Amino acid sequence: TDMPAPMRGTLIQPANAQETAAVEPDPTEEGATVVAGGLGLGRLALEEEVAAWDIDVRPDGLGLPAGSGDVWTGEEVFVEKCAACHGDFGEAVGRWPVLAGGLNTLSDDDPVKTIGSYWPYLSTVYDYVNRAMPFGEAQSLEPDEIYAITAYLLYVNDLVEDDFTLSNENFLDVQMPNVDNFYMDDRLTVEMPLFQSADVCMENCKDSVEITMNAMVLDVTPETETAETTVVEEVAEEVVEETAVEEVAVEDAAAAGPDPALVAAGEGAFRACKACHQVGEGAVNRSGPHLNDVLGRTIGSVDGFRYSATFADAMAAGDVWTKEALAAFLTDPKGAMPGTKMSFRGVRNEEDIAALTAYLQSFAAE
Amino acid sequence: QADPLIVEKQPWSQFLGAGVDEAPYGMPSKFEAHVRRQDVPWLTADPISSVNFTPLHELDGIITPNGLCFERHHGGVAEIAPQDYRLMINGLVDRELVFTLEDLMRFPRENHVYFLECAANSGMEWAGSQLNGCQFTHGMIHNVMYTGIPLRLLLEEAGVKTTAEWLLPEGADASGMTRSIPMEKAMDDCLVAFKMNGEALRPEQGYPVRLVVPGWEGNMWVKWLRRIEIGDQPWHHREETSKYTDLFANGKARRFTWEMDAKSVITSPSPQKPITHGPGPMVLTGVAWSGRGTIPRVDVTIDGGINWHQARMSGPSFDKSMHRFYYDFNWDGKPMLLQSRAHDSTGYVQPTKDALRAVRGENSIYHNNSIQTWAVNEQGVAENVEIS
Repeated sequence: TDMPAPMRGTLIQPANAQETAAVEPDPTEEGATVVAGGLGLGRLALEEEVAAWDIDVRPDGLGLPAGSGDVWTGEEVFVEKCAACHGDFGEAVGRWPVLAGGLNTLSDDDPVKTIGSYWPYLSTVYDYVNRAMPFGEAQSLEPDEIYAITAYLLYVNDLVEDDFTLSNENFLDVQMPNVDNFYMDDRLTVEMPLFQSADVCMENCKDSVEITMNAMVLDVTPETETAETTVVEEVAEEVVEETAVEEVAVEDAAAAGPDPALVAAGEGAFRACKACHQVGEGAVNRSGPHLNDVLGRTIGSVDGFRYSATFADAMAAGDVWTKEALAAFLTDPKGAMPGTKMSFRGVRNEEDIAALTAYLQSFAAE
Repeated sequence: QADPLIVEKQPWSQFLGAGVDEAPYGMPSKFEAHVRRQDVPWLTADPISSVNFTPLHELDGIITPNGLCFERHHGGVAEIAPQDYRLMINGLVDRELVFTLEDLMRFPRENHVYFLECAANSGMEWAGSQLNGCQFTHGMIHNVMYTGIPLRLLLEEAGVKTTAEWLLPEGADASGMTRSIPMEKAMDDCLVAFKMNGEALRPEQGYPVRLVVPGWEGNMWVKWLRRIEIGDQPWHHREETSKYTDLFANGKARRFTWEMDAKSVITSPSPQKPITHGPGPMVLTGVAWSGRGTIPRVDVTIDGGINWHQARMSGPSFDKSMHRFYYDFNWDGKPMLLQSRAHDSTGYVQPTKDALRAVRGENSIYHNNSIQTWAVNEQGVAENVEIS
């Protein structure tokens, strides 16, 4: 039979164990420790120290530095510094944020929230680009570059014409279309009366219950290990050791092609490259050359792609894309090929390089 | 038949085990290696600006172990040596100040247990049941005892001007995280914390110093805290406009939805923690919390909400902290539809998913605090479902 749980819930006392109780603060305890502002700890910040860290910008323009940039300069900077993730026109690569479009979609089933369709203030664009972008190289842009990028983002959102120049002088003139569609949290007045209830139903609250949706239909949950599977894997490891000879034979047979698991990982890592490089059937040159059959080919040798001088020199010298050369280039593009047009900052770890290499290998000519 | 584990000598009973100092910083038993944070790779573009999830289904009590507290960062984990740490207070103050970590250690400090929940926790579940496990549906939360300085004391040290109404805490990481916080909250219960569960903050939780904003969405608890600016109006930065605003079906959006509504979830049984023992006596357990106070009561149903039972609360009940509940009963081996319903100290009762969607639509991403349902079959296997 059902053992009813003891009715102890209501006996739990509210938070008297937290030091500064929200309900009834103890004035004696509060006053006993500190005189306001009286400790004399820390030191005065120097003017140049505050200037170095105080980089934030507000909707009223507070914090905007002097500077300006036009749409066309912005496009150049954006394509070089931002397009690898956000796409040439802010349309985004993979799951990186979409920056343009989406106007009048906010009440759709799938709203597209972009700078143009959603962001209430232009100052937020300047502030965020300045403090956090490009991803992995934060706070590296000059004010004129940020004004130019911001102008370009207004342009790709159809909010200014292509001859527009943004500066600290005209910044506050720009009105964002969605500015009036935000309102202060009103849950206490709107929702609290709906959900606050002293008297909830405990028995025979409805006649029947049906399942209306199952998570397993979608099946998007990552694999979870349990204590049981851990044990199974330990057993499996022992089995693998016993059959190690067979394993080697299998590896030899597979040596002709890259490891499928690595290829799969490389497909994910390649998302950061997709804005500029195509691969696979029908791949063409974009802002970077296509990468079909790249391993083993002469560096700088794709027909129709305008390479930088450093790649032309490598081609003239007959240098070839070996795994090592590719790894060196991916690790530090500008270091390995000084003068390269590729703006990508480089790959952080060896696993990703191995995965990318395997992925590119899978697009070798038959 | 006699149990060989009893009648035969076992190696751990016969031979010597590890001595002291074999692991100067102790780790969990190797048999617990499956208890770990996990991410959902398809959720984000990149693992550096991403999130992983606390394995709630494997935990008990109310404290989250430091190594299992979910991580969310936007530019990776900043690595700051304690001697390189600086905290600046500037803006509308009498004295713009710089503190070292050693300076901070000389302020009076307090200890408090608070939950930190990401506003996007359960955000993937608005349009329907999607992820099969409470780690993934509810794991963007942890509950930790913090040691820190009341933010009020630092502000008093700098001398806040009468025109000051807002603060902008800023992180030292590569995303330069910022949020606008009203002065009233800062003077009330915010902490500038440097310890979690007794030891230094973990790097992924903001070492050496983070902001603690009790009961409010996790994004505001700025990690690697380097600066607090005082101003007279909010900054409307990226994390309070583009993100962390709640879009409604009519295309309008709520902003500054800081408080976390009362919420609960059954952690066992759950999809990652099936019933393996068959019918008979069993323990159902879960956690509940509210950004507005304590959780004096949780109700539990095993028949999809036809009948409810008041659960047993166990462990300390702290303000704006996780609470643990149990429901001990005899399982008849038949399928069950499990739900829990939290009541907080303001009288707010956790709403059903349909009730919440009726108010907020399905596009808000943030602040989904609705009742979660697990369907358990005759084998004890649990699944994330929605019910009528």
